[in-house]
Amino acid sequence: MRSDVMLDVTGLTKRFGGLVAVRDLSFSIRPGEILGLIGPNGSGKSTAMKLIMGVERPTAGTILLDGENIAGLPSHKVARKGVGLVFQHSRPLHRQTVLENIKVALLPDSLLRLFADPHVDGQARAIAERVGLGKVMERKPPTLPFADLRRLELAKAIARHPKLVLVDEPFAGLTASETREFSELIRGFREEGRAVLLVDHNVKSVSALVDRVLAMYLGERIAEGSAAQVMADPTVRKVYLGGAITTVARPESSFKDVTPVLQVDNVSVSYGKAQALQGASIHVHEGEFVSVVGLNGAGKTTLFNAISGLVPYAGEIRWEGKPLKALSPAAIARTGLVQCPETRELFGDMSVRENLDLGGHFLPPKEREERLEWLLELFPILRARRAQMSRTLSGGEQQMLAIARALMMKPRLLILDEPTLGLAPVILETLSKALEKLRATTPISVLLGEQNVTFALPHADRVYVLDHARIAWEGPPGRFEAEAAATYL
Amino acid sequence: MRSLFSTRLFWLTVAVLVGAAVLPQFASGYVLGLLTVAYFTAVFAMSWDLLFGFAGEVNFGPTFLIGLGAYTAGILDQQFSPGLSIWICIIAGALAAVIGGVVLALPALRVSGPYFGLTTLVAVLMLQNFVVVFADLTGGEIGLSVPDVITIDQKANYWIALGFMVVSGAILFGLSRSSIGLILQASGQDKVQAGALGFNVAKHKLAAFIVSAFFSGLAGALMVFYMGTASVGTFIDVSVGVQVIIAAVLGGRRTVLGAAIGAVFLIGMGEILRPLGELATPIVSVVALAVVLFFPNGFLGMLRGEARS
Ligand SMILES: Nc1ncnc2c1ncn2[C@@H]1O[C@H](COP(=O)(O)OP(=O)(O)OP(=O)(O)O)[C@@H](O)[C@H]1O
Ligand SMILES: [Mg+2]
Repeated sequence: MRSDVMLDVTGLTKRFGGLVAVRDLSFSIRPGEILGLIGPNGSGKSTAMKLIMGVERPTAGTILLDGENIAGLPSHKVARKGVGLVFQHSRPLHRQTVLENIKVALLPDSLLRLFADPHVDGQARAIAERVGLGKVMERKPPTLPFADLRRLELAKAIARHPKLVLVDEPFAGLTASETREFSELIRGFREEGRAVLLVDHNVKSVSALVDRVLAMYLGERIAEGSAAQVMADPTVRKVYLGGAITTVARPESSFKDVTPVLQVDNVSVSYGKAQALQGASIHVHEGEFVSVVGLNGAGKTTLFNAISGLVPYAGEIRWEGKPLKALSPAAIARTGLVQCPETRELFGDMSVRENLDLGGHFLPPKEREERLEWLLELFPILRARRAQMSRTLSGGEQQMLAIARALMMKPRLLILDEPTLGLAPVILETLSKALEKLRATTPISVLLGEQNVTFALPHADRVYVLDHARIAWEGPPGRFEAEAAATYL
Repeated sequence: MRSLFSTRLFWLTVAVLVGAAVLPQFASGYVLGLLTVAYFTAVFAMSWDLLFGFAGEVNFGPTFLIGLGAYTAGILDQQFSPGLSIWICIIAGALAAVIGGVVLALPALRVSGPYFGLTTLVAVLMLQNFVVVFADLTGGEIGLSVPDVITIDQKANYWIALGFMVVSGAILFGLSRSSIGLILQASGQDKVQAGALGFNVAKHKLAAFIVSAFFSGLAGALMVFYMGTASVGTFIDVSVGVQVIIAAVLGGRRTVLGAAIGAVFLIGMGEILRPLGELATPIVSVVALAVVLFFPNGFLGMLRGEARS
């Protein structure tokens, strides 16, 4: 073993029943090096991280950390040997402040030391400042914007000064500027001599950040080298990157209906004192694809939840001319207005197939079969995983299932809230083709909420920008770059 | 803001406890007897809250631990009195409950949620069967009468129960506010993440079970020597467990103190409404339900809500 290697993984394998999630994987990371791990959804990236962290036990293989084998140790021991994992899903303590949440990560793992040392407070404050939470230390997590919750996860993971930091999809759901700030934080780890293993589907940001890239497919390594080399590799291009997304916007005058199918009129929503949406008015024609773009916390999800009847609002929302206010969320869904929420809301303990069947519950059997067939054709991995409990799916597989289930409901207006979250580029291409096909063959309307502008713009006939709870701009996608991009994103 | 509230709550607590301590000068023996039982129930509920509110373990069978403590102490006294001091019987009861707590912790570390809840229910039923089957030893369905009591002085009994509740409450409350309380909450919320932060989740949960069992068993044992008898209906029956759970939820989950308030309220209400006969229990249940429905954080949540507005 070379002495300058910090993490040295050899022959790592993990089976879940008949499925081999990670197969004979070997790689190493040096101190002060950032290794990017890329691969299509379900290729075993998160599993590899969990094996290193001790959250899952490897079926075979060794994991040497500074020469010591940590494979199979429970995670609290791995953590104390100097490994930290930044979790994708934040589940902070809600009744404690941000500062207290960071302090928890600094507590001793002891039953005898009942109260933390006084210097813990200073340490926690320093960490909060370091990750950019200095201004919100005394706030409670439920009141924080998404990006700050991600910062909190980062803060907890580095609280014990791990020498190896594992980061799973840090950029998912972040805007371009937030992604740059996060990249800067991770770059800081390199300067401090920590080793970093980074997984993300944001190819551009990963390439800019890492020293080396390892590409996986079906649990195995398919390429390794500099970012440029790996991204140019023909297999990586084929199974992971896919082609470019291009479509053409249709002018609003091309839609024949005089009154739009969906009219949102001067709608306001507030949560307690916070105004989440202020006098927003939008409309969607039958067959039209409309994107709503805006930063995290700008109010996109709130707008969609108001349309779906999930939050009370002032103002009026009309669907085919009829007000929706009196209808329950279930009744709204049955009129053909279907939302695929950002949070996915899958039935975790039910199989992939059962989730899809529930989506198609109100369809006649023949039509249900046809739709199911089409969707499984579209997302082949869902066919392969059809009997698996949806809770154990990879992040991207869950996202595909959520979209597929929404499509099973045969929506007339499909609301997609951040559909690209966690999806590999190649799947974005698939999704894009599916939307295109829907657009060409059915009168479906789509309302797409995104901050990933590269996906939102090509799929829109018209674009709205939401900024600080208000609609700030409206226009065709072609004018977005010149008129709105710099001001609002 | 928050520390202001907790100090206010602290002084309120002190005031109420001082009032409770001088109460025997004014109140009748009947009221004192009632409160004595309420104080023991309060300890049951506070111990339960440590497990559920902090470690996140849904224990449907608090009476498994309580019953083990009560019956172990009672049986020992009945078999060996007067050779064995009742204090030894009481300590033995608490230890038996601790062993029971460890036994309960084993499934809790492997399964979670409803599955664990089910094992705790089974544990209660098994204990109940044991008592009925070994009637010679346990008194069976008729109950076990113990030859000794701590004292027959009603006021002394009241003060013992009050003191016991205050000491247990202080320890449980302190624990819940300590590092361990925070680690337990983090583990209850997401044990994978707690592990990845370097905490031995199993160790902390086991500790929570042991502490909860110790106080449950101790309270059960003390209560036996206050009442002079032990029966399935007072210590083991599932309905007794439900009462303990309602008390804790009613008072305010994750507060420890709320559990004590809930227990005193439930016992008090039950007694006030007793003239209504059969109707008393459903009325108390409806009130409890209404409080939980409209104030998910219980009485303490109500108090806090008022403090906010
Ligand atoms: N507990 C489990 N039981 C069964 N299968 C599992 C389990 N955990 C993961 N898998 C499967 O193993 C495969 C690898 O999952 P993993 O989460 O590592 O993928 P990933 O590369 O991180 O994907 P993504 O980019 O979508 O996050 C997936 O197909 C997933 O369905
Ligand atoms: Mg993953």
